[in-house]
Amino acid sequence: MIHRECGVLKTSYEADMALYPLPIARWALAGLAVIFLGIVPLGLDEYFLSVANLVSVAIVGALGLNILVGYTGQVSIGHGAFMSVGAYTAANLANRLGSPWPVNLLAGGLMAAAVGVVVGTPSLRIKGLYLAIATLAGQFIIEWIINHVTFISGGVQASIEVARPQIGSMVLSSQRDMYYFLIFFVVVATLGALNLVRSRVGRAFIAIRDQDIAAEIIGINIFRYKLLAFAISSFYAGVSGVLYTYFLGIANYEQFQLGVSVDYLAMIIIGGLGSIQGSVFGAIFITLLPIVIRRMMESFGGVFFEPQTVLNLIPNLRVMLFGALIIFFLIVEPEGLNRLWRNIRNYFRIWPFAY
Amino acid sequence: MPDDLGFFFLLLSNGILIGLMYALIALGFVLVYKATDAVNFAQGEFVMISGLVVAAALDVWGAPLWVAILLGLASMVAFGFLLERVMLRRLIGRPVIAVVMATIGLASILRGVGPSTLGAGTRTLPLPIPDEPIVLGPLFIPPIQLLGGVVSLLFLGGFTWFFLKSRKGIAMRAIADNQQVAMAMGINVERYFGLAWAMTGVVSALGGIVWGNLLGVDINLSLVGLKVFPVVILGGLDSIPGAVIGGLIVGLVENVTAGYVDPYVGGGTKDFAPYVLMILALMIRPYGIFGKKIIERI
Repeated sequence: MIHRECGVLKTSYEADMALYPLPIARWALAGLAVIFLGIVPLGLDEYFLSVANLVSVAIVGALGLNILVGYTGQVSIGHGAFMSVGAYTAANLANRLGSPWPVNLLAGGLMAAAVGVVVGTPSLRIKGLYLAIATLAGQFIIEWIINHVTFISGGVQASIEVARPQIGSMVLSSQRDMYYFLIFFVVVATLGALNLVRSRVGRAFIAIRDQDIAAEIIGINIFRYKLLAFAISSFYAGVSGVLYTYFLGIANYEQFQLGVSVDYLAMIIIGGLGSIQGSVFGAIFITLLPIVIRRMMESFGGVFFEPQTVLNLIPNLRVMLFGALIIFFLIVEPEGLNRLWRNIRNYFRIWPFAY
Repeated sequence: MPDDLGFFFLLLSNGILIGLMYALIALGFVLVYKATDAVNFAQGEFVMISGLVVAAALDVWGAPLWVAILLGLASMVAFGFLLERVMLRRLIGRPVIAVVMATIGLASILRGVGPSTLGAGTRTLPLPIPDEPIVLGPLFIPPIQLLGGVVSLLFLGGFTWFFLKSRKGIAMRAIADNQQVAMAMGINVERYFGLAWAMTGVVSALGGIVWGNLLGVDINLSLVGLKVFPVVILGGLDSIPGAVIGGLIVGLVENVTAGYVDPYVGGGTKDFAPYVLMILALMIRPYGIFGKKIIERI
């Protein structure tokens, strides 16, 4: 009904290695491109576009964390701190040297990767829970350094304003310009991650996740690959931090605190660990959750509660639902939204001949 | 330089007392890890919620202190059993990240439930002990910290006895050693998991009362939970004496560094120094001072 896989006979290595071997997948991709490059940016107003931009930033960050946690199996609670490293690197470069955004973006990513390698070094000796706590320490230490070293933080408020990015002579000032700017990086990051995880490096990551001692025995240099995973993941985080800084127009460490690291972990858990598509789903879900809750409560909350109670309830409801959803997905659907999507797809793939 | 020396001793005594109070919270963490192999990232929220229950009982319902404390203990015990039954039993045998994230989610829920049901404002939690610090030469010892230290040491003694001598404690150690063998020996593993969580609830409730008296009860009380990690990593995740030793080390280090370094960097060393210490400890001795070393097999 939807599509058939029989009759797809590959005759070349290129066809075998294609990311989307089925015609229907290519059509779906083209459809998505039309929606997200044409209909969404032209049809939505500034507010919804700014929400879409937040989602874009989150997708880049979540992809990075999923490479580390989902594919390599190294738990990290310091993703927010890596983002802040990228953000402050870019903000300082932009303000002190006046360098253009591509330089800042790259420098932010590389700096975050370097810091990530340092924070990830304990992963060579410790794993699991101990590593999680070590990265938590990394989060606090980076936060403290940024907050207390005025050379980095630029003064009392620890926030640095950044000019809007420019392409040629065009300043990307509106949310629509930013949308195209960010969606470009979402596409690049997604393609990068998709190709990474099916390369030699990605397979090494997966081997380390499944059993790192066994991986070492079959000849994978786990020293190098664990640090590489931290570097790549932090590079994504750094880029995401730079993009966020350009989106907000300001670099501020409060945007990258422990809660953000937890948010990103929640994204990949709810989206699906070890899945690129899942990172995207999770990023969308977690970013939209507080916005949807606020809208719902503002519209319907008055039916059940007094207006004042509604205002008090909104932030609490957000954290409660956030926690409840994490637990729900962990218990009921450990593979996350990605699995739900696959179930739906598989149902239709063989429909109506379910057996 | 008698003044300098006095200042140093003041920092030391403060550090020891605060360290013992950290140990009280860390004990709850260690208990659960020791018995069930689960980590509790919501330890601080346990403390917060029990403090809130006690303070609300005193404040809103006007209950006498002993009723409020009993209510706090009872509700945390019930919560511990319920939590094990509803959430953690389903996560047995799942990867570390699952339990870590589940307890982070739990922390998030408690942070929402606490203020929205028991009141968001800061409450005081008055205890019938004097506010005036006991002055001993250069030392100022607040009675509440003394109380916290004593409670912590009592629990250390109590749990040491429990795990070494009592039937239930020995069963818990057997479970910690090997769940399947323990099951084969007729130990009801799930019930003991519930018991461990309930015991954590008791420790957290007392921690909540002591810390709540010291800091005032509101959602920020849960931030003491962040101090648990350096403490347990230093002492070893599954060692009860380790929790106390780790607590003492963290308390001393943060007070002494804060006393001498804070004037130069503008504050905040207290929250930062324990984590640096912890990273160093992880590099040198990844399984803590008293923790058991894990041997991995394929």
